[in-house]
Amino acid sequence: MPDLGLEVLWRGKNFVRLLGGLWVALRISLIAAGISVVAGILLGIAASRKRSVSSVILRIWLGIIHIMPQMVLLFLMYFGTTRAFGWNLSGETAAIIVFSLWGAAEMGDLVRGAVSSIPVIQRESAEALGLKPFQVYRWIILPQAVRRLLPLSINLITRMIKTTSLVTLIGVVEILKVAQQIIEANRKASPNAAFGVFLTIFVMYYLACRPLSLAAKKLEKHWR
Amino acid sequence: MRTIRNIIALAIALVLALSLVVTASADVVYRTLDEIKASGTINIGVFSDKNPFGYVDENGEYQGYDVYFARRIGEDLGVTVNYVSTEAANRVEYLETGKVDIVLANFTVTPERAEKVDFALPYMNVALGVVSPDSRVIKDLSELTADDQVIVISGTTAEDYLIKNNPEILLQKYDTYANAKNALENGNAAAWANDNTEVIAFALQNEGYTVGIPSLGSQDTIAPAVSKGNESLLNWINDEIRALAGENFFHKDYEETLVDTYGLDYEDSLVLEGGGLAE
Repeated sequence: MPDLGLEVLWRGKNFVRLLGGLWVALRISLIAAGISVVAGILLGIAASRKRSVSSVILRIWLGIIHIMPQMVLLFLMYFGTTRAFGWNLSGETAAIIVFSLWGAAEMGDLVRGAVSSIPVIQRESAEALGLKPFQVYRWIILPQAVRRLLPLSINLITRMIKTTSLVTLIGVVEILKVAQQIIEANRKASPNAAFGVFLTIFVMYYLACRPLSLAAKKLEKHWR
Repeated sequence: MRTIRNIIALAIALVLALSLVVTASADVVYRTLDEIKASGTINIGVFSDKNPFGYVDENGEYQGYDVYFARRIGEDLGVTVNYVSTEAANRVEYLETGKVDIVLANFTVTPERAEKVDFALPYMNVALGVVSPDSRVIKDLSELTADDQVIVISGTTAEDYLIKNNPEILLQKYDTYANAKNALENGNAAAWANDNTEVIAFALQNEGYTVGIPSLGSQDTIAPAVSKGNESLLNWINDEIRALAGENFFHKDYEETLVDTYGLDYEDSLVLEGGGLAE
């Protein structure tokens, strides 16, 4: 077997540090994902009415988020708010806010698309049966929309988990940064450590994202 | 209709971004020496993955040439040091927003940076260096003939320097350190010019190469930096660096952290004691 420099993982607290880094990445992305799902559903429903104020707002918001690379958003939220308003957000808070803004915009758009894809006749029939608008959403529109949404939102959440590697630019030390630290600290003692360490975080990312897609698959089957 | 919407969205984004930049508050962003002492903690920005200057060891502790000095600053101020992991690209930003009190991250003093942050006295020299094979050690650029080529990595100070000052030298440009290294080892060129710390480390780790020109061009220095205008902290650091010269502090620092990478031969050319005034 080629030398992968895996022994660096067992030196000192390195492995625990990697796990700690993974936890930071997951904490940021999962909190943000939770906020995004709730905000995205509300936003998406509001925006699904054509020519409403909320659909214009969502469009502008989405436009901003799409134009700006996440890195720029992170810089604006972390450094920009200090310059402009004197806020002193921690790196992690800034990251959660940016990821939530991004997630809510994308989620909102997904929900809008899913809701508008439900044939109008469904809504009209429900209304004809005397359901109130809230009941129409709760019992008719959302259950159908959610099934269409599930694969897309899982995709969004896994993308969020992966994008957390950018937060190192605002001083948050997550898994990828820990990996670089370990590789650099052992550059001379184990020059091949890069292979072993990156292989390890590849497996860690996989194990972190896999349960999400498994759960999604199960749900999809369950609803079929 | 769609394009108009896109343009509006773009405009709003730009205005938002601009307003954030333009309205940079006139408030004092930094903490004075007394405020730092009163808080009991000093925030120092260091590299966390640039061995041997600033890195994290297997126990999760910050180590390195810069960190050794940071630790001493903490001790002498009587405060705990909170290390903040910085990147080359955000060091200035951290100081401009006062999110760290000092940056000690292999920070080379340049006129452009000095407009945005205040540098204290330097504690290390950096210059360009030229490494060549033992079979024909280049000790001066004039030894190069018209057929000789010199390896540089694109975008480095070495490339800029040679284009500007020695346009007659043929350059072989590579994008990465690894490619440049291979090229020299394959004998594609007579020599390799790069930061002297890089070529010195290369010659030490690879048999058969010598740094014929250890210091070329203008001497740059590495210094601590504080937020623009933070006089009280700047003065304290300068006094500290002058006082530490008495115990040859940075030589000790070098011997603890850099000697494995650069060897003892370069100690005196790399280390600056007392901001260079004492020597």
